Amino acid sequence: MLKDQDRIFTNIYGLQDVGIQGARLRGDWDGSKDILAKGREWIVGQMKESGLRGRGGAGFSAGMKWSFMPKEIGVRPHYLVINADEGEPGTCKDREILRNEPHKLIEGALIASFAIGAKAAYCYVRGEFHREADALERAAQEAYAAGLIGKNACGSGWDFDFYVHRGAGAYICGEESALIESLEGRKGQPRLKPPFPANVGLYGCPTTVNNVETIAVAPTIIRRGPAWFAGLGRPNNTGTKLFNISGHVERPCTVEEEMGIPLKELIEKHAGGVRGGWDNLLAIIPGGASVPVIPKSICDTVRMDFDSLREVKSGLGTAAVMVMDKSTDLIRAIARLSRFYMHESCGQCTPCREGTGWMARVMARMAKGDATVEEIDLLEEVTRQVEGHTICALGDAAAWPIQGLIRHFRPVIEDRIAAAAAAKAERAA
Amino acid sequence: MSKVHTAEGPATFAFSDENRKAAEAIIAKYPQGRQASAVIPLLDLAQRQHAGWLPRAAMDYVAEYLSMPPIRVYEVATFYTMFNLNPVGRHHVQVCTNLPCWLRGSDAVVAACRDVLGVDFGGTTVDGKFTLSEVECLGACVNAPMMQIDDDFYEDLDAATTRAVLNTLAKGGQPKPGPQNGRKGCEPKGGPTTLTTLGPDGNAKAKHVPSPPPAPPAGNPPAKT
Repeated sequence: MLKDQDRIFTNIYGLQDVGIQGARLRGDWDGSKDILAKGREWIVGQMKESGLRGRGGAGFSAGMKWSFMPKEIGVRPHYLVINADEGEPGTCKDREILRNEPHKLIEGALIASFAIGAKAAYCYVRGEFHREADALERAAQEAYAAGLIGKNACGSGWDFDFYVHRGAGAYICGEESALIESLEGRKGQPRLKPPFPANVGLYGCPTTVNNVETIAVAPTIIRRGPAWFAGLGRPNNTGTKLFNISGHVERPCTVEEEMGIPLKELIEKHAGGVRGGWDNLLAIIPGGASVPVIPKSICDTVRMDFDSLREVKSGLGTAAVMVMDKSTDLIRAIARLSRFYMHESCGQCTPCREGTGWMARVMARMAKGDATVEEIDLLEEVTRQVEGHTICALGDAAAWPIQGLIRHFRPVIEDRIAAAAAAKAERAA
Repeated sequence: MSKVHTAEGPATFAFSDENRKAAEAIIAKYPQGRQASAVIPLLDLAQRQHAGWLPRAAMDYVAEYLSMPPIRVYEVATFYTMFNLNPVGRHHVQVCTNLPCWLRGSDAVVAACRDVLGVDFGGTTVDGKFTLSEVECLGACVNAPMMQIDDDFYEDLDAATTRAVLNTLAKGGQPKPGPQNGRKGCEPKGGPTTLTTLGPDGNAKAKHVPSPPPAPPAGNPPAKT
């Protein structure tokens, strides 16, 4: 188990003072000026060396992303945009950073902004996180009052403004280009890429979009050194990570652990184990609603990191672990997610707009057994027609849970169909 | 997402002085000429000023305020789920029924809401106090099941605590937001499994040296009689 001294979020439960004094006592804002004095290149280099992969779900190298920004600041200003539009079912890690560790995020925003040449950062907080946005705003005002941000931030000579921007309820705005559209005052509909935000982002200017957790861990990584961070976890899957454990466990919780921790250990150490014991486990969705479900046989041994979960055809995603015991109607569970994606499709691309609705309707029938066995193949085929044929990844996200269900639990669907057909025949007799 | 605007609203709308100031502060966050960025926050201000919903006049006002074509504002107002285009009750009760909440018993929370309020999803109580809605994931999944009422989250619910929260509100009280089962936040119930060895400064706590047990009083204890 990760040692307490190696945890980054030492106040994730909000048990200590969340204000600036408590934050400074825990080491936030310590030597920020000296970090900036090392220069842009050095900071980006440190981040690359740490191996930090983006914590929003895609897992792209954070340092690499920062390095895509233009080296020279031209007539177009650079921007940092922080994605706090947390809404992937199962995921509630950024909420805890916003309300309990806001200074880590704001200090990270300063360091990241400096490293990419941005003088302003916008943090896009989902509208429903009203209290969390207030907490972040309070922390920002504290940081301004202490001279840590604003003109000549931390006495570094760098001017930096931090703005909290509230959304108004749209899952799709968690997609980076939809988020930028929304921030510009439009419907949150993803943009075609290229051009990528690093070239044409917010207001047509070079922009880096990062998840809250990615930004919030940056100051600690730089203070303790990339070797420390890279020494935790596994190669290519370094560091620590916030995990959300929900569903059928004894004690659902959020916890920071080492990347690569075995899934079983994570659940048993921190969440009190699966309700009714490990053998009562049916399946787990290990990384938020968008990643395929895995059956108990895989959960027994799989490790929680990007590559390990990729190998079993699932994904780490946001590291939101949804546990389902044997009492779960798994078809209904996945059908619920299908309904979610139908609700959240922005309607821009035909395969997603039509496909999510079609898949949700078929899944609703499958949950009742009101289908034919051939329709399972048809459903699988339709998920392949949606996957990869849309501007953004929402289409993929809608397809994957169904694919995972069919891959691992096809007999359950077939049994349900057979049972429903038998019941129907009996009624007719 | 489809929302239909059916209610007749007032013919005109204007920000209160307080909201005009708030609107100016919001617009100042964005670069010159990019005031359209403020459309969501300004619609939110308008909605709060107008009993929780956006009449056409409010959208037109925001459009003019931000020099945007009205259609662009209607697009935004209809796209985002937090904008209500028809009147809502004084308290908007939004129950999450997505997977993590469903796994922990959101069906019972929904049933309790229906029972206490006497309305179904989309309905408003006859006294105009409550509107009940179903929502997608609100991002408090380790504290499931949960509901949002106005700006607050009520978490770790069951049928009894859901009833208690609604009944308190119905009587004009303010129930305590957050977990309803004794947890503070997202830590495991009963106490954290981590961060237990750290002090408030985030460093390891000073080694606790147990003081020696108190010396027994001199002499023999008095014999019990």
